[in-house]
Amino acid sequence: MATQHSRSAARMMMAPAVILLLGWMLVPLTMTLYFSFKKYLPLRGDSLAGGLDWVGFDNYTRFVTSSSFWPSVQATLIIVGGVLVVTVVLGVLLAILLDQPMWGQGVVRILVIAPFFVMPTVSGLVWKNMFMDPVNGLFAHLWKFFGAAPLEWLSQASMQSIILIVSWQWLPFATLILLTAIQSLDSEQLEAAEMDGAPPLARFGFIILPHLSRAITIVILIQTIFLLSIFAEIFVTTAGAFGTKTLTYLIFQRVLESQNVGLGSAGGVYAIILANIVAIFLMRIVGKNLDA
Amino acid sequence: MGRIVLEKVTKSFGDVEVIPPLDLTIEDGEFAVFVGPSGCGKSTLLRLIAGLEDVTSGEIDIDGQDATEVPPAKRGLAMVFQSYALYPHMSVRKNIAFPLRMAKLDQAEQNRRVEQAAAVLNLTDYLDRRPGQLSGGQRQRVAIGRAIVREPAAFLFDEPLSNLDAALRVGMRLEISELHERLKTTMIYVTHDQVEAMTMADKIVVLRAGNIEQVGSPLELYRSPRNLFVAGFIGSPKMNFIEGGEAGTHGAHAIGVRPEHIAVSESDGPWSGVVGVSEHLGSDTFFHVHETGLAETITVRADGEVGFRHGDRIHMTPRADAIHKFDADGLRIA
Ligand SMILES: Nc1ncnc2c1ncn2[C@@H]1O[C@H](COP(=O)(O)OP(=O)(O)OP(=O)(O)O)[C@@H](O)[C@H]1O
Ligand SMILES: [Mg+2]
Repeated sequence: MATQHSRSAARMMMAPAVILLLGWMLVPLTMTLYFSFKKYLPLRGDSLAGGLDWVGFDNYTRFVTSSSFWPSVQATLIIVGGVLVVTVVLGVLLAILLDQPMWGQGVVRILVIAPFFVMPTVSGLVWKNMFMDPVNGLFAHLWKFFGAAPLEWLSQASMQSIILIVSWQWLPFATLILLTAIQSLDSEQLEAAEMDGAPPLARFGFIILPHLSRAITIVILIQTIFLLSIFAEIFVTTAGAFGTKTLTYLIFQRVLESQNVGLGSAGGVYAIILANIVAIFLMRIVGKNLDA
Repeated sequence: MGRIVLEKVTKSFGDVEVIPPLDLTIEDGEFAVFVGPSGCGKSTLLRLIAGLEDVTSGEIDIDGQDATEVPPAKRGLAMVFQSYALYPHMSVRKNIAFPLRMAKLDQAEQNRRVEQAAAVLNLTDYLDRRPGQLSGGQRQRVAIGRAIVREPAAFLFDEPLSNLDAALRVGMRLEISELHERLKTTMIYVTHDQVEAMTMADKIVVLRAGNIEQVGSPLELYRSPRNLFVAGFIGSPKMNFIEGGEAGTHGAHAIGVRPEHIAVSESDGPWSGVVGVSEHLGSDTFFHVHETGLAETITVRADGEVGFRHGDRIHMTPRADAIHKFDADGLRIA
């Protein structure tokens, strides 16, 4: 039990880290908020030194009334949701598979983790050029081998392609967390269920899945945070075309392609709000799993 | 209903033969206890009977039917694990009902059986709790409850009390014995606690390195252990073994005398020695006697009031009809 003294000592010790983190978050946040109320078009001669015009909520209304706003929110949610479903479902299956005793287990486990170490930009390019290229891609060859016309992945199935690429990157993370969770399952529980007459599917449903629920919650929460801001995969593949323009990508376009810092900042604030809505939503659905 | 016969059963893990060919019959309604030192294969044997491990060769019959290839769920046996293996995310009620649910019994029947089992095991007040909110003894009872609702042909217990404190252990021991009296179902019980073995068993199976050393009632094993191993394993404190000249006078390679069969006295008795540590249990006192010229230590049990001290020289008289004789191979000489 911590005494009064050791508690205040602990606060002192933690203070630098807390202050640093607070500054780290607060400075960009205030700057974003500040810019979002200003007209800031660097190419038109606006500059911080020259002073920026206050435009009130102009940027906010313009951002949401733009025709690409709602589609971008939708695209974001579809990509996040799709990737979550794919990684959790495949992650559970892979984790169960990797938990089975098999020959070459160590090597297989390392191979499964490998995609996680590939940088998003690189993996996006590799998928785009090696697999999904309609002329030379491996998929094109596969399709041709079966006599089908090659699919133009990134234009005809753009969303699915992005989800596929991002899922491939995040699957190792999900698998790894779920694998450690599965390994912590007491084998006697499974044996007890077997003796109680539970067939394999019932054992999965009644024992393994509930045991994994906490790990799945963690996977969903962590991935959502990172997936809301995926960017590189879209940038190098579709560049936001074919309906793959996410909120993050839209903000990027506003700030860098249209050079409208104020509008982009307003978008950034919307992104923060969206992220919080999603987070609250998720906490409500799955957060109860985190209670002990 | 619950007669279990093992015929020439063997089990190997890779190259290691854990159970050499073994024959054993457990009669219907019997309370059989497997005892033996750690690693001797008790759990493995139990798991073979349960079907959780496959036999390497041999045959297991349950109720006259060959069950060797039958999956665990179909053998009609229920097992209580050392770690209880309760399902942590289900309430006590759901835990106990789980086998019934898997057997697709209707809801009313499930409830009836769960309530009945809960009443028998004093769990009625805890039915809506999770296992995590129960004490060790209560969890143990839930595990037993989950086993009895299925009305199995036999119960298998793998060291079910080893996680409990001493007082609770005595209590649960009585409860399990009581349960056996009531249900009259075959029970196989693994333990390395020989008090449990002696007090609960109809039949004790003493194992060493996968071999059955002796099978018999607790008193049979206590009175006439077949060899040195069983003699040393059954009884607490351990039997005293004496080799050499003294054993020779009895026409044996080694003799064994239990601590409770040696009388102590200040002045007379054929054996003598110096008192080392004495353990006072209140009712009894165990003296560890050294420098006897017979064995390194001789343990004797005396009345709690006997007041020898460390360093006292005492005399001991073994009870003539309670001397066990063993030949050079360690086997009992009748
Ligand atoms: N899955 C396994 N693979 C290899 N060896 C095993 C396996 N399970 C058990 N063994 C070996 O079989 C032997 C018997 O094990 P078992 O668990 O039956 O012992 P036990 O009598 O139950 O011991 P304890 O009293 O410590 O529980 C041990 O030497 C153990 O190392
Ligand atoms: Mg064991």
